[in-house]
Amino acid sequence: MRDGQVVKGVRFRDHRVMGGIMELATRYVEEGADELVFYDITASPDGRSVDRRWINRVAEVLNIPFSVAGGIRSVADAEEVLNFGADKISINTPALAEPGLIDVLAKRFGSQCVVIGIDSHADAGTWRVYQNTGDPDKTSHSGRFTLDWVAEVQDRGAGEIVLNCMNQDGVREGYDLEQLRQVRARCQVPLIASGGAGTMQHFADVFRSAHVDGGLAATVFHSAAINIRELKIFLREQSVEVRL
Amino acid sequence: MITVIDYGMANIGSVVNMLKRIGQESIVSVNPDEIARSEKLILPGVGAFDGAVNKLERLGLRDALNEAALNRRIPILGICLGMQLLLQGSEEGEKQGFGWISGWNRRFQFPECENPLKVPHMGWNKVRAVRPSPYFSADYGEQRFYFVHSYHAVCDSAEDVLAVADYGGEFAASIHRENIVGVQFHPEKSHRFGMKLLSAFAEL
Repeated sequence: MRDGQVVKGVRFRDHRVMGGIMELATRYVEEGADELVFYDITASPDGRSVDRRWINRVAEVLNIPFSVAGGIRSVADAEEVLNFGADKISINTPALAEPGLIDVLAKRFGSQCVVIGIDSHADAGTWRVYQNTGDPDKTSHSGRFTLDWVAEVQDRGAGEIVLNCMNQDGVREGYDLEQLRQVRARCQVPLIASGGAGTMQHFADVFRSAHVDGGLAATVFHSAAINIRELKIFLREQSVEVRL
Repeated sequence: MITVIDYGMANIGSVVNMLKRIGQESIVSVNPDEIARSEKLILPGVGAFDGAVNKLERLGLRDALNEAALNRRIPILGICLGMQLLLQGSEEGEKQGFGWISGWNRRFQFPECENPLKVPHMGWNKVRAVRPSPYFSADYGEQRFYFVHSYHAVCDSAEDVLAVADYGGEFAASIHRENIVGVQFHPEKSHRFGMKLLSAFAEL
């Protein structure tokens, strides 16, 4: 989201407005989403924090857990987000800049509410972590390799990892199964796959072949190409455990 | 009228919001007199056992809650750590719980293996009622609720267990005795079944 609107880009570029926060959030809850993640993509690149009053409005209507990402750089930021009613905080760029922040947040609030988002890009036969991905002009390689970073954030107390496979983002060609399998093998905490969902079969594939704990998607839900309830019925038919 | 206890150990906002959504009036209070005189209480809680007991004691709420629970015998719902406080104590700390239900809270322990289950137990899980109650109707079919916890209740008497969930073995997801009921999961985060449970408590 950006400036109170839900936006979505393709490979982290060219964001289009998809709808209002409240309208989409309530639709997803009704359809049966298990959890919502709100990314404020303008936050980190501009070096400013988000206006967080919207979290309170969202918390008033949501009866499922939700996390907030974007511009959380300190214990005070995290505290504000949690006090406004978020269940989890998700940290990405600031954790790369200052990995010790993960330890501090996990100690203060508990690992269960500290999610680490990793924007990972396939480069020359390996996967590398990118930062400031909210703004294409500022996006850069962080100097870290994805598999090493996955191990480090867990050591520091991360309670959950969301892996955004950047090559696949917004293009609806399926999750990056190979990368997710490699990360899964090194990830003891819940792993959420992100980037690439285009069809219901893509979800079934990622659960069955990469054994992730959750599938995150934006484009296909925002555009109503996939209805969450129908997706869950489809997954259950494919023997994937889901809440209906 | 439901009184939600705000002792600084929970995000009470979501509980209050959900009560509003199901059309139930509630007040938020930390005042011992008000709490001792209330009609119905919700005791939420997240965090560490001793931290919660210390806060309740510092606020003078132990006596107030004992008065409400044992003398006035009003309905009390404990949520998450609030449920664990209903028991006598916890492996997590040294302090005494309320002991309104006999039992103890134990940490999840799993045998060493290549892929051990993670602690905390976090996420949606199926809950199965083991005795009839207004909270988990058999008509609903499969019911899932949202959990976040590392310790779980072990009741002295199986009679006090209302519902179970499975995480490396069955554990008590909901406990009760007379006017006291507790749920380990978060009804306020558990979508429609959570709201049904809160409605059932509100309508007692």
